[in-house]
Amino acid sequence: MEQSLLSIVTFLPLVAAVIMAVALRGNDAAAQLGAKRVAFVATAATFVISLFILTKFDPANTGFQMVEEREWMLGLTYKVGVDGISVLFVLLTTFLMPLVIAACWGVEHRVKEYMIALLVLESLMIGVFVALDLVLFYLFFEAGLIPMFLIIGIWGGKNRIYAAFKFFLYTFLGSVLMLVAMIAMYVDAGTTDIPTLLTHQFSSDTVSIMGWHIVGGMQTILWIAFFASFAVKMPMWPVHTWLPDAHVQAPTAGSVVLAAILLKMGGYGFLRFSLPMFPVASDLMADFVMWLSVIAIIYTSLVAMVQEDMKKLIAYSSVAHMGYVTMGIFAANQQGIDGAIFQMISHGFVSGALFLCVGVIYDRMHTREIDAYGGLVNRMPAYALVFMLFTMANVGLPGTSGFVGEFLTLMGVFQVNTWIAVFAATGVILSAAYALWLYRRVVFGDLIKESLKSITDMTPRERLIFAPLIVMTLLLGVYPSLALDVIGPAVENLVHNYDVAVGQTLSDTAVAASH
Amino acid sequence: MFASDIAILLPEIVLSVFAMLGLIAAVYTSKDGMAPVLVWLTAALLALMGLYIGLTGEGSQVAFDGMFISDGFSRFAKVVILLSAAAILLIGKDFMIRDDLLRFEYPMLIVLASVGMMVMVSAGDLMTLYMGLELQSLSLYVVAAMRRDSVRSTEAGLKYFVLGALSSGILLYGASLTYGFAGTTNFAGIVAAAEGGASLGLIFGLAFMVAGLAFKVSAAPFHMWTPDVYEGSPTPVTAFFATAPKMAAMGLLARLAHDAFGSVVGDWQQIIALLAVLSMFLGAIAAIGQTDIKRLMAYSSISHMGFALMGLSAGTEQGVSAMLIYMAIYVTMNVGTFAFILSMQKDGRHVTNISRLNGFASKEPTKALAILVLMFSLAGVPPMVGFFGKYAVLLAAVDAGLNLVAILGVVASVIGAFYYLRIVYFMYFGEEREGIDGKMGPIAYAGLMAAAAIMLLGVFNLFGVDGLAEAAAATLVR
Repeated sequence: MEQSLLSIVTFLPLVAAVIMAVALRGNDAAAQLGAKRVAFVATAATFVISLFILTKFDPANTGFQMVEEREWMLGLTYKVGVDGISVLFVLLTTFLMPLVIAACWGVEHRVKEYMIALLVLESLMIGVFVALDLVLFYLFFEAGLIPMFLIIGIWGGKNRIYAAFKFFLYTFLGSVLMLVAMIAMYVDAGTTDIPTLLTHQFSSDTVSIMGWHIVGGMQTILWIAFFASFAVKMPMWPVHTWLPDAHVQAPTAGSVVLAAILLKMGGYGFLRFSLPMFPVASDLMADFVMWLSVIAIIYTSLVAMVQEDMKKLIAYSSVAHMGYVTMGIFAANQQGIDGAIFQMISHGFVSGALFLCVGVIYDRMHTREIDAYGGLVNRMPAYALVFMLFTMANVGLPGTSGFVGEFLTLMGVFQVNTWIAVFAATGVILSAAYALWLYRRVVFGDLIKESLKSITDMTPRERLIFAPLIVMTLLLGVYPSLALDVIGPAVENLVHNYDVAVGQTLSDTAVAASH
Repeated sequence: MFASDIAILLPEIVLSVFAMLGLIAAVYTSKDGMAPVLVWLTAALLALMGLYIGLTGEGSQVAFDGMFISDGFSRFAKVVILLSAAAILLIGKDFMIRDDLLRFEYPMLIVLASVGMMVMVSAGDLMTLYMGLELQSLSLYVVAAMRRDSVRSTEAGLKYFVLGALSSGILLYGASLTYGFAGTTNFAGIVAAAEGGASLGLIFGLAFMVAGLAFKVSAAPFHMWTPDVYEGSPTPVTAFFATAPKMAAMGLLARLAHDAFGSVVGDWQQIIALLAVLSMFLGAIAAIGQTDIKRLMAYSSISHMGFALMGLSAGTEQGVSAMLIYMAIYVTMNVGTFAFILSMQKDGRHVTNISRLNGFASKEPTKALAILVLMFSLAGVPPMVGFFGKYAVLLAAVDAGLNLVAILGVVASVIGAFYYLRIVYFMYFGEEREGIDGKMGPIAYAGLMAAAAIMLLGVFNLFGVDGLAEAAAATLVR
């Protein structure tokens, strides 16, 4: 029991899904309510159990903890464990899922299947963060596409089919290239064990393929293959176009899961694979990634400003915020990576909450058009307050968690490249512009639209869903050490190894050049 | 000596005798009235022989001076062939009865085809190879044209026959060249003759024989017959085409490549790699526009053969093992999928248009879920077992340095994912219009569910198939 804590947390939702699929029959109101209750209890129980991970976790230990290892097949092992980088993502997932389930209490279309899809998805998402075997990681990473494909395709909006296919094929193409890279790593290192691979040095000697000289050699090629997958997942400009489509068409719960957790897999992947396993290639590509990130921050912020659909606006804002994350990661110093992880966690709460905010009024009015709203504060004061809090957190107001992440990443990048930091900082202004403008158009002004005159404020259930998110956003905003203490030592270790690896190669080249 | 040879060939002999006795018995008694019983008997005997071969066979034995080889590799292939043939017979029975197609010759022809396939994968000589191949092919030409009153079925049979005969001719030409330049038809002799580099004549012989076999596995660019024959044949026959013969032809190709030309791996590696890439892409791209599920499965099988060939093209023991794993998984997926396709009908008429699957998920959630699992497995999405097949062949290819082939393979698999998703799309996202009845016989239902369950539960340990395949491959590649 003690030893298999991580497996229990990972597979508990899946077990609940199987039980629900087998045992629950019928499609009447009682069965629907039963499905929702089972799902909620399962996710809540998962969260409670996952708290034990946190209590058992020792931040000072920079290695993997609570490791479980079993024989699998084809020479692979089932191996799971957490370190300072992954543990908070597990907690983020288990924390958000009960809220997600609670937020779709109003769904009436194929409820049982919906709950099963969400539970399966939770298992797979946790699995991504705990997997310590390349193929196991790939399995979880890729399998998550199936429930998400169904969630968008079955319960999504009008144009859901196009969005579902685009989502699936885009991310599938990215990840199969990663699969080939993983196989190449296996062939090179003779193992798929992630902790061993972290200490394995992949060759960075320049190779030439069909007349092209590839600096960084094998590392660069592998890095590009992983980048293809994670950049799509993240998503980074210019491969972000699937995200707004998927978000707009997905149901509220789907959007929340997508924005709050699934996007983090890309960032986690960079931290788990790209940076520590291919340090030389990461160093070579760092400028490239950071410039892409800056373009993403500015470009998508500008795009967000002209959106007429609330969800699309928040989706573009997500892309911009993920820009800070990739920028921070490839700054490859303590502040940058700390900030990137913090930003991901914070964005999980904030963007999730923003999509829930949209969900609240969408459930009432069945439209996401910004123009359809206005003056909501007159009828929905509580909603206006909650929405304002998360808008401010999205902008990065000091006192909210959004500020800490943005500040740390900017500080990290500033040490590496001042120009990038300068451009990225303008993104903060732009984000204030689009977020506040959205808020003004939706919440303030006179309540002149006839259809809005009878709109009701948040129900107690909705208030309860937002309460934990508000607490976390403010708590992390005023006391960031809560998270940073957990992340810190692992990141320090990562940065140290990275510097050593990069420094070694640089001195090697210097020696070679002097000869 | 003779007695031991006979003992090695026992399963083949038992099946042949059974086929002949069955024909005689049916002719002298109630003819087609006996057919349902014969189907059951045949399926039971095929499965029994499969188990017998799988459980009792030991070591590598050679019969008739190296003409016939019984080793781990041939046994693995035979078990897959026999079990899938038995499964296909059973799941297709209701369909055949409903359409008044169930003649007593049908199960007997399937038995004879199976014997041919068993001989193919055990061939140790060009003569045996050709005999096995022709026994299989001739039986299949006839079953393709089973529905005598249908123009399409007759066309399918004829087309299959003409192109099959052409490919046999090409293969025979290659075999004669090989004989001429190696001075022997025995694989062991050919391998010795090719030691230290094959002569130009041998290479020609090799290329022609591989081309002939590529017809049989329907690898691009020799795939032209596949969609038409799949579409025209009665569906149970299509299901049979898509499973056992593919395993047999793939086994024969591996046998020929490693046993007869094992000393010149580099020479056939590039041919097979090219076939693999072409098949994967052709199968993936051409299937996108298909609306008929049988044609779609034809292109799907072309694409899957490409992946199996990729494993083979590695030219290593690992490659053969990956190919065997891939084929075992492929055959299982196809048995499940065809179990469903066989039941697709509306008001007693068969339908094969995939748009008829609209809204199937809300009508039959359990079956739809099973198909969903099979489709994602065919697309190679983890955690379905289909992924591990792809993983094994990719691993073998990268290990052998065929990086480009592996990359092209995964790109093709993304393109291919589109049409499997389209089936899921119709079932789950489609509006409920006039769909299909969704009624299934108990055997077909069991087949579908078992296949889907295997695709899901295999994630734990692949049911040990990987270990068996490794052991089998070790006996072929020395």
